[in-house]
Amino acid sequence: MTATVFRDAQRVDPVAATVTRGDLAVVDGAIAEARAIDLADAEIIDCAGKFLAPGIVDIGCKVSEPGERHKESFRSAGRAAAAGGVTTIVTRPDTQPAIDTPEVLEFVTRRANEDAPVHVLPIAALTKARAGREMVEIGFLKDAGAVAFSDCDAVVADNKVFSRCLTYAKSLEALVVAHPQDPVLSAGAAATSGKFAALKGLPAVSPVAERMGLDRDLALVEMTGARYHADQLTTARALARLERAKASGLDVTAGISIHHLTLNELDVGDYRTFFKVKPPLRSEEDRIACVEAVASGLIDVISSMHTPQDEESKRLPFEEAASGAVALETVLPAALRLYHAGQLDLPTLFRALSTNPAARLGLKAGRLAPGAPADLILFDPDAPFVLDRFTLRSKSKNTPFDGARLQGRVLGTWVDGRRVFGGEDA
Amino acid sequence: MSFGATHLLGIETLSPAEIVSLLDLSESYVNLNRRDVKHSEALAGLTQINMFFEASTRTQASFELAGKRLGADVMNLTMQASSIRKGETLIDTAMTLNAMHPDLLVMRHPNSGAVNLLAEKVNCAVVNAGDGRHEHPTQALLDALTIRRAKGRLHRLRIAICGDIAHSRVARSNILLLGKMENRVRLIGPPTLMPSGVADWGVEVFSDMRAGLEGADVVMMLRLQKERMDGAFIPSEREYYHRFGLDAAKLAMAAPDAIVMHPGPMNRGVEIDGTLADDINRSVIQDQVEMGVAVRMAAMDLLARNLRAARQRDGVMV
Repeated sequence: MTATVFRDAQRVDPVAATVTRGDLAVVDGAIAEARAIDLADAEIIDCAGKFLAPGIVDIGCKVSEPGERHKESFRSAGRAAAAGGVTTIVTRPDTQPAIDTPEVLEFVTRRANEDAPVHVLPIAALTKARAGREMVEIGFLKDAGAVAFSDCDAVVADNKVFSRCLTYAKSLEALVVAHPQDPVLSAGAAATSGKFAALKGLPAVSPVAERMGLDRDLALVEMTGARYHADQLTTARALARLERAKASGLDVTAGISIHHLTLNELDVGDYRTFFKVKPPLRSEEDRIACVEAVASGLIDVISSMHTPQDEESKRLPFEEAASGAVALETVLPAALRLYHAGQLDLPTLFRALSTNPAARLGLKAGRLAPGAPADLILFDPDAPFVLDRFTLRSKSKNTPFDGARLQGRVLGTWVDGRRVFGGEDA
Repeated sequence: MSFGATHLLGIETLSPAEIVSLLDLSESYVNLNRRDVKHSEALAGLTQINMFFEASTRTQASFELAGKRLGADVMNLTMQASSIRKGETLIDTAMTLNAMHPDLLVMRHPNSGAVNLLAEKVNCAVVNAGDGRHEHPTQALLDALTIRRAKGRLHRLRIAICGDIAHSRVARSNILLLGKMENRVRLIGPPTLMPSGVADWGVEVFSDMRAGLEGADVVMMLRLQKERMDGAFIPSEREYYHRFGLDAAKLAMAAPDAIVMHPGPMNRGVEIDGTLADDINRSVIQDQVEMGVAVRMAAMDLLARNLRAARQRDGVMV
């Protein structure tokens, strides 16, 4: 038996919605009742009043294996995750080739377990090659460890195909993660339509396209009873639809990327391609509506939507540049902007970063309760720093927060009670 | 002379004083261009490269003539034909040309913001000759000069811009410039050709052309691209001409001394009546072409002065 006591920590408990000062005991990789420990044998970690929270469970993180290991490998993503306080990365299947067979999934799982110091759980594609025509072997893939099924930003446009996927997934109680977006309206868009996009002359999509995509998905979810998670809801209009769907009892949850919570369309400024994400950044009104939705619990999950891109794919005119931003190491300090602004308290933040995503995937993580795995982060929410993108552990450095003043440093990260970041090398 | 810019990427970053300086200098080049010997040494020894990633006859010719009349060594590159086909990126092309020590790079590109990207990567003056749907600053400046000469002023005018606003960089640059100079700008066109969010631009928007033209001092027509007709954005060419084509009857709604402008090339019988376009009492379309050369000479002259001053400051040999 190995025992550890985290002494004198501000314990952030998202389930109880409290922050309390005290100790936390860990026995054999799981959180334990404090009294169960013989202190004489236990390793003592002095937290000195810093904050201890359940590690982040990140749904929708892209590791570029297979296919583009030069952008991100399991090793680099795992190190970035550990440094960023992410203890579980839930990987996207929009790789090359797509993760759409049990064989590719096994390759990914093996690579992940060899190289990444944190938990890695794969999402598999919903249709073969993410082409939106034929469904994947949902049963085999689920048996091989797929925690959810998604074609990512490739919307399954054919209603018949999508409804069959949902029906089949329902029979296996598999979770379908979708990108709610009308694929025709949003084709070719690099910005959200409005004054800014029009002045900059950028091809733009109306925010209505997100609501239309969600409307379609929710109608089919209602028809099939499938378990559904919208990867990113970023507009006030769509949130109204989500609220109604939840109230009517559908098995529906929704996420948002950290970038849509902390940045708006104006941040693109003079065609800065590191701010090009999918869906495009929204108006400030929509951003505020989304922050409120996280506070109220309407939006369940905050994700990094970590999307590594090399310099070449970003050093292009804005329309032609690739979408996406790396975020494993910035998701926490960026989220803490909302805490410092007084918009979200820490238990609410970690409910969306850890508890809800874990619960949606049926994991025991994301809580400080006895029996939960000791996936923990110790952090100082106040520590200020200026981000230099070349200090990131990710192979790709495409962060919109380069040069930004941020607050919040991870001091230590533990996975199953084992320290994977911090201490001597912090 | 209050013109401090390193590049001319758009109207957005110019101050009213800079616009006036540039127009004032342009006047002197209008005079030069009307002389027998149309030559100055303002750009002598400097190299000007025109990179056009989109087909252009008149703008490219105008920039070429402007450079040559100022004594620059001018080279034209038609980019569709060359490296783009070989997969070279814009930045690589820019770096390659930059290594040849040009002093002025004039670029047109189909992507909004592409010229801004180029300007970050090279150490010479960059002139935007049109980027995507973003800006076309020299067009707005030549339009401003034409208006100022015809109307005697460039403020407190009612200016109607008609046609495909959504896809027009000419419209964006003109809206910005005319707004900065304190004019009342009206936009006229079918709603499918209006950019979204246009209501926030400080302009008045009309989908009824007659109402929009009422009392206008300047009527600026825009070219309607062929590919936008035939049901995609408007039902047909003939319906468009009926509702939004400028003819004598619609022009009668404008002020009696209103001038008619068009950036060219014109689609006669689509957005403008042919006879009206040729009416020397109303149309200043040929003046616009003439002003274009003068404005481009002035812009490149000012940029070259700033470039030389910066190089002298930094101790680079000039």
